[in-house]
Amino acid sequence: MTQLPLRAQLASALGRSAATLSRMTGRGDGSVIGGRVGLLLEPDLLRQLARDRKLALVSATNGKTTTTRLITAALLEFGEVATNAFGANMPAGHVSALSQHKRAPHGVLEVDEKYLPEVLNTTGAGVVCLMNLSRDQMDRAAEIWLLAQKWRKALSGKPTHVIANCDDPLVTWGASTAAAVTWVAGGQRWKEDSWCCPECGGPLDRKDADWACRECTFHRPEPQWVVDGDTAIDPRGQRWPLDIQLPGQANRSNAVMALAVAEAFGLPVERALPRLSEVTSVAGRYTTVERDGRHARLLLAKNPAGWLEAFDVADPQSPIILSVNAQGPDGRDTSWLWDVDYRILHGRPVFVTGERRLDLALRLDVADVPFTLCGTFSEALAMQPPGRVDVIANYTAFQQIRSEFGRAV
Amino acid sequence: MPSDSALRIVWIYPDLLSTYGDQGNVLVLEQRAQRRGIATETIHVRSADPIPESGDVYLIGGGEDRPQILAAARLRKDGGLHRAIARGAAMLAVCAGYQIMGSTFGGEEGQPVDGIGLLDIDSSRGPARAVGELVAEVDAALDVPVLTGFENHMGVTRLGPGVKPLSKTIRGVGNGDGFEGCYAGHVVGTYLHGPALARNPGLADLLLSWRVGELAPLDDSRYEALRQERLATVLAS
Repeated sequence: MTQLPLRAQLASALGRSAATLSRMTGRGDGSVIGGRVGLLLEPDLLRQLARDRKLALVSATNGKTTTTRLITAALLEFGEVATNAFGANMPAGHVSALSQHKRAPHGVLEVDEKYLPEVLNTTGAGVVCLMNLSRDQMDRAAEIWLLAQKWRKALSGKPTHVIANCDDPLVTWGASTAAAVTWVAGGQRWKEDSWCCPECGGPLDRKDADWACRECTFHRPEPQWVVDGDTAIDPRGQRWPLDIQLPGQANRSNAVMALAVAEAFGLPVERALPRLSEVTSVAGRYTTVERDGRHARLLLAKNPAGWLEAFDVADPQSPIILSVNAQGPDGRDTSWLWDVDYRILHGRPVFVTGERRLDLALRLDVADVPFTLCGTFSEALAMQPPGRVDVIANYTAFQQIRSEFGRAV
Repeated sequence: MPSDSALRIVWIYPDLLSTYGDQGNVLVLEQRAQRRGIATETIHVRSADPIPESGDVYLIGGGEDRPQILAAARLRKDGGLHRAIARGAAMLAVCAGYQIMGSTFGGEEGQPVDGIGLLDIDSSRGPARAVGELVAEVDAALDVPVLTGFENHMGVTRLGPGVKPLSKTIRGVGNGDGFEGCYAGHVVGTYLHGPALARNPGLADLLLSWRVGELAPLDDSRYEALRQERLATVLAS
């Protein structure tokens, strides 16, 4: 790799110092402040740090952090990988990740959906992985059709190789201006944001996984990779059992996206797949924590599509604790609770907590799902018999629970 | 109760206008009718399908600019909603759906787009997005408790002489002139997006009572707990 210019070296080093200081003083993992300091000293730092590396950008509404982790695990087969493992997914986080791994030939960066065009333009990443788009925190996030439109503009005219989920019509539309696309039939559990054609607004006809616009020519492309239950089918038709530890269909889909990205980097499935199997939890997600004989498995769900995925993972035999907040990172509006179908929880012992527990309580009441209201997570956990319990929480509620267990998860 | 006497709830274009929890209004109306022993039948009308004219309560929700323009064009062409309202059906129109009911609204670039002219209002793009909790005192003639909810829009709406303001804002932006929403006959428009009726069961009952007459009281403790918590938090800020 070519040497960074002096100014960029200095900016990068000072950023790392700031990050270390932030970690030592217990302010966080330091990845945002470190990157900000670096960018302040050298606004062009991200471009310079990205130069001469093989980068993959990973973006979606759900599964960004997990898929980034899975791709990283696979590419470790080639040696050191720079990655923003803690979900700091805006340019400051990318600067920080690349600064900390100065010599890593490969980088895997999780990118906020809105920032994807900017980060792609700046880094010139060779590979972009796009999984899904659905409604999420609309009090501050962009509308998703506009997001997809911006992806189209950013990808147009670049040599980028896109790996995209063709079961999501909006993602397909967002990716289809790219010069090269590898389509993955990754599934789509949440369909409520894709009944209309992103191209012309006409109705989309769906039959099984297939979809096509009734009024224009826009239709589902033929996939090269297919997620078939717990099996991956590669572009040559070979079937691979997805022997991974992360639970649920969404993670099997994430794993196949990771295999397709790995192959784009020249890593064959037989070398990538064993690496994916080593991932057991991602930034606390899917971890089980223990207190007084209660084994609580932590599931993160930030929006309606994420709740569907969490319900798919949750054990119907276990009691379940739900915790909902509405702080800035969650979105201050709880309307999305009404898009989630909670009736699947019928028959399970349900416990409700979090700062917006009264919103969730009314939602469950209208769905005729009985529940117990608890003032705190600790109170909810203490009410459980010893044994397993599932916990589904949205972003800050999840972080609060992790903090209670020392974030050592 | 045989289905021809069931209360018919018609959800208009959930495939285009259901951005955030709009289904909540359907669920709350169903629950509040059913808990009073009133059978309900809910019809989800996709945008490629005709609007049935024999509904009792029509609901139309919020959405992005482009689906809003598509929905307005299809409703105008269909004409079923106009005939239903002329028959005396009730309607709650939310956010983008509210703007569509007027003569014009602001399109993707702020250009005026034709609405469907069911309410004497016209809307345009405001200078800034209004995002946050809203509290408003409802027109006394409607006998509905204070409105509480969340707004998220860029619209400014001017009311003509053919409608009355639904409420006077205490917190939030609403129409942009100190009032929030409007009503005329059995049609209510509001910027309270998503599940406005979950936060305002009184408004849900108003829509129901327009079709079925006087309603028996319900145990509203879950609704009230949420309303009191929200009102206390928002009014203290």
